[in-house]
Amino acid sequence: MSFETLSQTVIKGDMQAAAELTRKALDDGADAQQILDQGLIAAMDVVGRKFAEGAMFVPQMLRSAKTMQQCVEVLKPHFQGAGMTTKGTIILGTVKGDLHDIGKNLVAMMLEGAGFRIVDLGVDVSPAAFVEAVAKENGQIVGMSALLSTTMPAMAETITALTTAGHRETVKIMIGGAPVTADYATSVGADCYAPDAGSAVTEAKRLLDV
Amino acid sequence: MIVVGELINTSRRSIAEAVRSGDRERIQAVARAQAEAGAAFIDVNAGTFVEKETDYLLWLVETVQAVTRQPLCLDSPNPAALDKAMAVHQGVPMINSISLEPERYEAMLPLVLDRPCKVVALCMGQTAMPTTAAERMAAADELIGRLTAAGKPVGDIFVDPLIQPVSVDTQMGRAALEAIAGIKGNHPSVNTICGLSNISFGLPERKRINRSFLALAMHAGLDAAILDPTDPQLRASRLTTAMVLGEDPYCEAFIEAYEQGWLA
Repeated sequence: MSFETLSQTVIKGDMQAAAELTRKALDDGADAQQILDQGLIAAMDVVGRKFAEGAMFVPQMLRSAKTMQQCVEVLKPHFQGAGMTTKGTIILGTVKGDLHDIGKNLVAMMLEGAGFRIVDLGVDVSPAAFVEAVAKENGQIVGMSALLSTTMPAMAETITALTTAGHRETVKIMIGGAPVTADYATSVGADCYAPDAGSAVTEAKRLLDV
Repeated sequence: MIVVGELINTSRRSIAEAVRSGDRERIQAVARAQAEAGAAFIDVNAGTFVEKETDYLLWLVETVQAVTRQPLCLDSPNPAALDKAMAVHQGVPMINSISLEPERYEAMLPLVLDRPCKVVALCMGQTAMPTTAAERMAAADELIGRLTAAGKPVGDIFVDPLIQPVSVDTQMGRAALEAIAGIKGNHPSVNTICGLSNISFGLPERKRINRSFLALAMHAGLDAAILDPTDPQLRASRLTTAMVLGEDPYCEAFIEAYEQGWLA
């Protein structure tokens, strides 16, 4: 079964039509995981690529991501056995002392669209809260955002806390935010720097080799 | 309209390189260009350097003030860096910024009271970014109330309603405009300011969006903006809007710009 029409509808961001096509695919006997992988995630790959090329813009990306979410809601009751297979779990948050969330939310949306499971801790997230979430949710990547030069050191503190708690060997660390640079990521011992939502997806796939 | 020139910011690659290599001429050329284009304040921001921020900020203050008479807008969330920068700054600077986030407010308050300065007050909530005009106005009320009670003259306060991108939520432009009008309605003597280009994040043709938003914000009562003063079309838009709003007696500035040939 081809999911090309569904993909195109997700890329366009037509929520009603996409949910309808998802229902129809299920009725036609398609497997929920297959619809997710070949219809929805494939569509978001295109969106991510076009966004990186400057051929799609933030509102379109948001619309596509929302459309995908609606389709996932339709799919949810139909997953076999253990439920939806994801590419891995990513713990996301804006670091302690920082309330900016626009960039972090865009990153969350695109990572979710790419098939990762996202645990979004919100803003002003303490190192202890990151550590706790990694343990509780079995996080494979910790993604931290900071928009202020004064809150960037909280990234280093969180990395230290993860190391002390014994998680550093098993968890990858990705950081981003307006004042953050690749040099800074290296200096605090993060595994990578992602300047925007598109590259966060590319980097997360690379880090987990998926 | 008070223009704060935004170009000397180390988040821009050319500026970061000039700062790292101590290229005084490069920084001074950017400072002069902004002053000549009508900037009343020159913003200096070395935030991307984190550990070296203070040293670089001090170097920027000295380097820029060697060639311009304009006071600077000292732009950092770091109170220690600002304290040192204020000590070497000549004249009355603008401090960017204070907000209601408890730690930041406590650390910044003595700085902005100790020496004469203008201060940008961000309408950030205590625990979240504002969404609606009402949330912005409430934050402004509290900031203005607390700062004036502490002894800061209301005319030295520049309230920033926090512009958020319309790409993420199409109601954000209207929310900011209503907040500007509401804040000016409640506090006629306070100044309003915004970082203009935030409105256009995530969209193509950003300069067009910035120009339209500036005109609307000026009508809503915006007193100052942090922007690129050297952008000719933005400058033309700013002058034209000011004239239409009756802020250019005998249309002098507009006609002068026309005669100098840069309105075309």
